[in-house]
Amino acid sequence: MRRLLAVLLENEAGALSRVIGLFAQRNYNIESLTVAPTEDPTLSRLTLLTEGDDEKIEQVTKHLNRLIEVVKVNDLTEGAHIERELMLIKIRAEGNGHREEVFRTCEIFRGDVVDVTQDSYTVQLTGPTKKLFAFMRAIGETSILEVVRTGVSGISRGDKILEL
Amino acid sequence: MTEMLSGGEILIRALQDEGVEHIFGYPGGAALHIYDALFKQQRVEHILVRHEQAATHMADGYARATGNPGVVLVTSGPGATNAITGIATAYMDSIPMIVISAQVPHEVIGTDAFQETDMIGISRPIVKHSFIVRTASEIPWLVKQAFYISTTGRPGPIVIDIPKDTTDPNELFEYSYPDSVSLRSYKPALKGHSGQIRKAAVTMVKAKRPVIYAGGGVVQGGADEELVKVARLTGFPLTNTLMGLGSFPGDDSQFLGMLGMHGTFEANNAMHHSDLIIAVGARFDDRVTNNPAKFCPGATIIHIDIDPASISKVITADIPIVGPAKPVLKELHTALEAEMVKHPIDQSSLDEWWRRIALWRQEHGLDHDQRERKSESGQLLPQQVIQAVYRATQGEAFVTSDVGQHQMFAAQYYKFRQGRQWINSGGLGTMGFGLPAAMGVQFAVPDATVVCITGEGSFMMNMQELSTCMQYALPIKIVNLNNQALGMVKQWQDMQYGGRYSHSTYSDALPDFEQLIRSFGHHSFTANSIDELDSVVDEAFSPKLKDKLVFINAYVDPDEHVYPMFVRGGSLEDMVLSKGLA
Repeated sequence: MRRLLAVLLENEAGALSRVIGLFAQRNYNIESLTVAPTEDPTLSRLTLLTEGDDEKIEQVTKHLNRLIEVVKVNDLTEGAHIERELMLIKIRAEGNGHREEVFRTCEIFRGDVVDVTQDSYTVQLTGPTKKLFAFMRAIGETSILEVVRTGVSGISRGDKILEL
Repeated sequence: MTEMLSGGEILIRALQDEGVEHIFGYPGGAALHIYDALFKQQRVEHILVRHEQAATHMADGYARATGNPGVVLVTSGPGATNAITGIATAYMDSIPMIVISAQVPHEVIGTDAFQETDMIGISRPIVKHSFIVRTASEIPWLVKQAFYISTTGRPGPIVIDIPKDTTDPNELFEYSYPDSVSLRSYKPALKGHSGQIRKAAVTMVKAKRPVIYAGGGVVQGGADEELVKVARLTGFPLTNTLMGLGSFPGDDSQFLGMLGMHGTFEANNAMHHSDLIIAVGARFDDRVTNNPAKFCPGATIIHIDIDPASISKVITADIPIVGPAKPVLKELHTALEAEMVKHPIDQSSLDEWWRRIALWRQEHGLDHDQRERKSESGQLLPQQVIQAVYRATQGEAFVTSDVGQHQMFAAQYYKFRQGRQWINSGGLGTMGFGLPAAMGVQFAVPDATVVCITGEGSFMMNMQELSTCMQYALPIKIVNLNNQALGMVKQWQDMQYGGRYSHSTYSDALPDFEQLIRSFGHHSFTANSIDELDSVVDEAFSPKLKDKLVFINAYVDPDEHVYPMFVRGGSLEDMVLSKGLA
């Protein structure tokens, strides 16, 4: 099962490497990982996408909590939550017809063209991972030149917050 | 008036303020400012080892004997990497330890400088936590945190990596040591959940075939007394893991002996057929469970452990209780007393259970005196040596061991009376642990009898420390079960590889141990037979040699196997009991 974990971590040198090391050491998988400091500069927040059944996620959570610098761990997939990911995608766009089509597809998906050359568009697209994949399918493999994704960031819906 | 000290001096002062009396270490370039600060003081005694691995095992033995963290000081690069095996050993067995590793100066970190290695990176998976010092002024706070984290919750080793520039004798800082420490991200449980403990008590009084399964957490948590009280109150049979031995008196009739791969027939059978297992400070290691899918099919599991990550890691617990063994067992005792007023224990079922256990004991117990057994070749049996040492020390010695057959024989045949008496590398299985660990114990408890039970394979992995023993006049008694081979490897090769002894023998390449030991100024005796054994052991443990290191080289039957032994992939009741049945 796909799980999205939110982790509050002391914003200290080496803290992130302990989280990543733990996943390698215990043979857990990281699908994607995003991390940056929060509004409190002493804390970093990670969103970590992994796979596992309830038992496995319980172990992952316990082992994360065992790391001294981990302040809080929450499995976002346990409740209603929002997931977003940002993608920058460079698309081959040659000839008027093709350029038009790419541009239209981009508009349908509410992407922004952030760079243009005679042969290409670079598009910025945000949304759940599913939407990014749908866009890539719509564009077609042969037109995609380069893709860079940030990985998923997540937050709970409603009043629920992850705090100290 | 504020004191102005250099980083090196601050480090040593912080250790003094933390109550440290011994440091086990080895100097080198990046550590020299610290060593100079050590030279200028008297309160902390530094023990100069011959290899950094031994320093970590000494600190480890010191910690296991006392409960206080052992402290290690090594230089950068090879000094640090040599310490790794000892850190991993302590980590696997949850031993409090502070390892101070010197590092090259900040300005050259990352340049592949002479004797540079990324100690924080190399040690990351085998430490509870680690720190790198950025400036000398933060040393007291880091040392305070290190000791706090190392000794609380589930204990473990901490590395403090100190770049040489932060110990510069020419840069002085104000010194003050913090009184207390509190970390928002680290809050170890101080007691168990009362509701869960009551639930455990309710379940326990209803059990018909219960077993208490107690591990190293009871020893490390100093909960021997509380464990004995719960066992006495309930009359339940009790087994210890390899790490838990001593937490319950080994000669007690309620004691089933050790369980696991080489556990007793009655302990493994009782576990397998039980309807309730009360696990305390044990982690369902693979050497205990055998095949987890076949583990104790009819048992409800109560699991008490200080580390939530140990609970339901291998075997799912029905009643998990997170907390230190001592307060949890104490509260469990009270809860049981209250519950037993309402619902007395089903004594007739328990009696019937004890009768079944008695039958298992009769069928294949360890109680029989090995003296009456003769080995196939007529040679001395390793079990006879352990029994002789047990008699000579009246069961009161601190016993360290290395890893292999001798370790299992010691665990089976030396009946420990108290926790901390039995010191061995259970989790990592580190050969070469025994001698330096015994040295650490002897520093911690100078007047105690300290015995290192070893085999010639393990002994030769750290025998350079005989020189350290000479320097500090350590009166350790080393008992070498010499079978002229890597006995446990050979046993597996006998049982699983058709007797093909691939690189497990070296009988024509062993030193003359008597000469070797004597060259370091120690005493050495050889025993070839049961008659020689008695006189040699008597002499080795005689008052005359109390202050001397004595080495007993006992030539034992090289073909002896450790039994019982689990059948691979089976349940706890699947055991090989002798060669004939293999």
